[in-house]
Amino acid sequence: MSKSKLLSKRTKQLLSDPLDDNNPITVQVLGICSALAITVQLKPAIVMALSVLVVLSVANVIISLMRKVIPSRIRIIVQLVVVATLVILVDQVLRAFVYDVSKELSVFVGLIITNCIIMGRLEAFGMANGPWDSFMDGLGNSFGYAWILIAVAFFRELLGSGTLFGYPVLESLGIYELGYENNGMMILPPMALITVGVIIWIQRVKNIKLVESK
Amino acid sequence: MKLFKNILESVKPLFVKGGKLEKMYPAYDAFETFLFVPDHTTKSGSHIRDAVDLKRTMAFVVLSLIPCIIFGMWNIGDQYFNAISVETNFLNNLIFGFWKFLPLLAVSYAVGLSVEFAFAISRGHSVNEGYLVTGMLIPLIMPVDVPLWMLAVSVVFAVVIGKEVFGGTGMNILNPALTARAFLFFAYPSYMSGDKVWVHGAGLDGYSGETILGALASNTSSWDNLKWNFNDALIGYIPGSVGETSFIAIIIGALILIFSGVGSWRIILSTFLGGYLTALLFNLWGVNFLMSTPAHIHLLIGGFAFGAVFMSTDPVSGSQTNKGKIIYGLLIGFFAIVIRVFNPAYPEGMMLAILLMNVFAPLIDHYIVDANIKNRLKRIN
Repeated sequence: MSKSKLLSKRTKQLLSDPLDDNNPITVQVLGICSALAITVQLKPAIVMALSVLVVLSVANVIISLMRKVIPSRIRIIVQLVVVATLVILVDQVLRAFVYDVSKELSVFVGLIITNCIIMGRLEAFGMANGPWDSFMDGLGNSFGYAWILIAVAFFRELLGSGTLFGYPVLESLGIYELGYENNGMMILPPMALITVGVIIWIQRVKNIKLVESK
Repeated sequence: MKLFKNILESVKPLFVKGGKLEKMYPAYDAFETFLFVPDHTTKSGSHIRDAVDLKRTMAFVVLSLIPCIIFGMWNIGDQYFNAISVETNFLNNLIFGFWKFLPLLAVSYAVGLSVEFAFAISRGHSVNEGYLVTGMLIPLIMPVDVPLWMLAVSVVFAVVIGKEVFGGTGMNILNPALTARAFLFFAYPSYMSGDKVWVHGAGLDGYSGETILGALASNTSSWDNLKWNFNDALIGYIPGSVGETSFIAIIIGALILIFSGVGSWRIILSTFLGGYLTALLFNLWGVNFLMSTPAHIHLLIGGFAFGAVFMSTDPVSGSQTNKGKIIYGLLIGFFAIVIRVFNPAYPEGMMLAILLMNVFAPLIDHYIVDANIKNRLKRIN
């Protein structure tokens, strides 16, 4: 394979589209549950994003390789088995190397199986395209998911706890001495929803073609 | 007034189409219509015009709030001088309260109107008058000692997330003033509950400034053994948010609202009725002190009366149909008492009950309208 084919215009688009125009969270509104649940702090959000990245891109490639032999009647079950296997692998790796984060994410690692983005991409893309394109699609969608997660977690941790990655940023800046207080509402799930909403709002102001015609 | 008119007329060319400050026209328009009768004419078709426009409606609400404002300011002073055991008089209390209340009001209006102006200019529509009432209500439902920057943050949140994202005045789902309070309550709970914030200076000298609801919710004393009696709660010699303490002042406001036709008597009455009946029901159960508090006392304490009169009657976020208004009011009263007695962490059930019912108001209306259509269809068949 020549380099030009590896990164053709189409593959580039597979990577860049999900970041903005076809973002899985803000445009397709998939995977919202995890975006609300694990964005209180940055570290679990990043670990979650990485886990989804591994599961989605690998599962997309596997399904793409098997797409011609999967009977279409049982394709959902085959997809589930592939995803579940990968999720268990990821879960074991997390437990072995970052036990505290794994405990924090608790049930949400297992729930990657039900993350609509993954099943959606396997069904819509992996089942119909070659392995390299599927890999790129998986990466692109994971990045689209990841940047929203990280952006939400950044604001929630900074404003809700005054820290970033557990480091007391605001305290070291001496803002508390001016009378500043952490915003307890940022830690509650409703604020994650509102933060995602504000991101969607800003995105649509900048990207007019996303706005539905009246 | 002639002077203002001349100034406005002389700068008008700057703001009309083609002028240098064309984009700022909404701001100019807001000042002009605030000071003078608008000379706008309808552009399409004919409409029935009424002298009672949005501005005048809002003016009546502000008028009906005046008893609460004056009593609230007086009460700030009275509570403070009582806390530090200093002899005081009427005027002294009022002046002290005025200087405590003014910064809250100024921050509320300055921040809220800036956000409104910014949105009006960026969207090119005229500035709506809705904030004139919201901006007055917000300081009245805050504790006197709330830090001003927190007030500013909650006002920004309420106007942007509670109102502007839905399209501005008239489109909001939730009552903006209560959104501000709910935001503060969940974001900075230590400044919105407990016994330190309701009386200025409480806590500094060991004086407990807890509210009646707070005292009852802590489940240490029944209503009969509290230091306040029925008259205190009725007239309002009690700690609490600035405008909510005096039942009598609120009822004067309610009468102004009802007789001017601005507030719905259906909502006000059914809210009180719903709360009263629910509290009676819990009296029979009575496993904690909030449940065993007499039903009529429940209506006097906390924000129940203020919420029933000034918050639930918000014509935008409340029910629109007559039957709907009664159901909406009854349910607000019901939920306010239920949240109060079952969850001591949220003794102010009124705020949450109204916000909850704001969300359900369109649903209630939908079924009322639907039932009406079905009834009339039956007649033609």
